[in-house]
Amino acid sequence: MRRGEVVLETRNLSMAFGGVRAVDRVDFTLWDGELRCLIGPNGAGKSTFFKCLTGQLRPTEGDVVIRDVHVAGREPHEIAALGVGIKTQVPNVFDGLSAEENIWIAARRWHGAERARTLTRETIERLQLGEVRTRIVGTLAHGQRQWVELGMVVAADPWLVLLDEPAAGMTHEETGRTAELIREINRSAAMIVVEHDMQFIRMISRTVTLFHEGRILMEDSMDAISADPVAREIYLGHRA
Amino acid sequence: MRLARDFRGTLIVAALAVLFTLIAPVTLEFFTIITLTQVIGLAILGLSLALIWGFGGILCFGQTAFFGLGAYAYAIAATNIGGSTGAILIAVLVAAAFAAILGYFVFYGRVSDVYLAVITLTVSLILYSLIRRTSGPEYKIGDALLGGFNGTGAPPLNIPGDASAMLFPEHIFYVAMAALILVYILCGRVVTTHFGRVCVAIRENETRAELLAYDTRLYKLGIFTLGAAIAGLGGVFFAVGISRVTPDVFGLGQSALTIIWVIVGGRGTLIGPILATFALYYLTAALGTQQLLNTNLILGIILVIFVLAVPRGVIPTLTGWAATRRQRRALRARERRLRLRRPRGGEVAGEAE
Ligand SMILES: Nc1ncnc2c1ncn2[C@@H]1O[C@H](COP(=O)(O)OP(=O)(O)OP(=O)(O)O)[C@@H](O)[C@H]1O
Ligand SMILES: [Mg+2]
Repeated sequence: MRRGEVVLETRNLSMAFGGVRAVDRVDFTLWDGELRCLIGPNGAGKSTFFKCLTGQLRPTEGDVVIRDVHVAGREPHEIAALGVGIKTQVPNVFDGLSAEENIWIAARRWHGAERARTLTRETIERLQLGEVRTRIVGTLAHGQRQWVELGMVVAADPWLVLLDEPAAGMTHEETGRTAELIREINRSAAMIVVEHDMQFIRMISRTVTLFHEGRILMEDSMDAISADPVAREIYLGHRA
Repeated sequence: MRLARDFRGTLIVAALAVLFTLIAPVTLEFFTIITLTQVIGLAILGLSLALIWGFGGILCFGQTAFFGLGAYAYAIAATNIGGSTGAILIAVLVAAAFAAILGYFVFYGRVSDVYLAVITLTVSLILYSLIRRTSGPEYKIGDALLGGFNGTGAPPLNIPGDASAMLFPEHIFYVAMAALILVYILCGRVVTTHFGRVCVAIRENETRAELLAYDTRLYKLGIFTLGAAIAGLGGVFFAVGISRVTPDVFGLGQSALTIIWVIVGGRGTLIGPILATFALYYLTAALGTQQLLNTNLILGIILVIFVLAVPRGVIPTLTGWAATRRQRRALRARERRLRLRRPRGGEVAGEAE
């Protein structure tokens, strides 16, 4: 069932804030072409784990290897330059610029002016952002801003994509479209997606990693995890 | 995208400035033309901060450090070389090199925005007190006496290659205006390039820019250094305009004024701070001729009014109004079209409203 090679691996990865170990000696492996979901209760350390992968945090211990490159302690732009697309939990967009410019900045990083313009147009079409193309992103609704951010990720055409709660605050319909988009991205990229929404996870994922207090508690299919009494207790139970 | 239109706007403004340059010597008094050169120097300083703060998002409280270095470097180099052309180049390079070194430590050391403001201000105050202490014959660079708080003489401009062919004040005015216009066009061009757009993106959200694989430190260093080079050029014309350089070019008052020009003119525009420089300069001069009101008090009140009532600055507020009115007019025109197409009954109902 596992295909291809390992594209991302962490060994003994830890991130401590003062005395608190938000990520605690995590060994994690992501395979080529995989779409992995990360779940866990609030404060489990999912976002902190992500930030260690993206360079936004410098891990206190351990190593992160992305396609044979040791990246722990590298700058975020160096990691992104490997071809890693990142969406953070708190939306990070260029609020004062138009939706089009946001996406153009992402595309232009990798392509010449002509190609970037075409790519921007295609991305806007693909994400159905045509109506808000020239609108200033800061004035858009939450769901649309999330999409502009997804658009920036897509426009850079990454081979590894990390999304932290991409469907948070979206309507039911928007969530469905986001799931569709994620499956589409997954055709050309390995992915890790942090999510809380069970339905959403069932839509997109085969393997799910359950985080709890900074550690990986389980790694299995969503059905197996929802059937497990311990997992139900710490996660599913408390969300009813 | 909008960018092409933005640059066309820049060229239109530049054309108006050329027109002003040609008319000014005919309509203005000779004395006004002489003082204009120094104001143009200040306007170039305002433009440099408009670029790095308004577009790069770098709040540099000590833009005068580069302005002053440019002014002193010009005076010293021109005195030693005995000609102005090379001295101008040296002045710009000195300001840029100093900024590149300072900026390297600040940006690559990931100093936060507030500390950057403090550090740049401190640097210009250090330069101020250092240069003030250089009175006496022992403080010489080549043939140029630094002169402590009295300052040092700044030679006038000459025709390139012929040091004895000094330019008349009127011609110096032309050269200064040409420099201002060219630098303005350069800045207007830069902000539409990939480099410029990335700088604006970094101003909006540095984290996002990094996650898109841009080395934000390099871009900030780039625009900071460019801004410093421009400020250095401003220093040259300021020095030429008053034929002297004194430590006041590094002073706190000058630093504060530069910030005020950009706040009043508006961040995110290049022409705003330039116009604000001219307007506030002549307002200050006019206030200086009367005894009733304290000049600094008035400037302070103006600043407070702008921060509270026109926080975006004059030019962005005006263009904002114009855009809203255009939109409303377009909306009304569309409504009219719709109403015309509607049958009679609809029109009556529309009138009853
Ligand atoms: N910068 C920080 N300084 C101190 N503590 C932090 C910091 N960032 C996160 N933490 C702590 O680390 C723990 C893990 O937080 P994290 O944001 O990674 O959780 P999460 O699994 O993403 O939760 P959520 O589902 O709410 O997004 C929490 O206890 C949090 O308070
Ligand atoms: Mg989180």
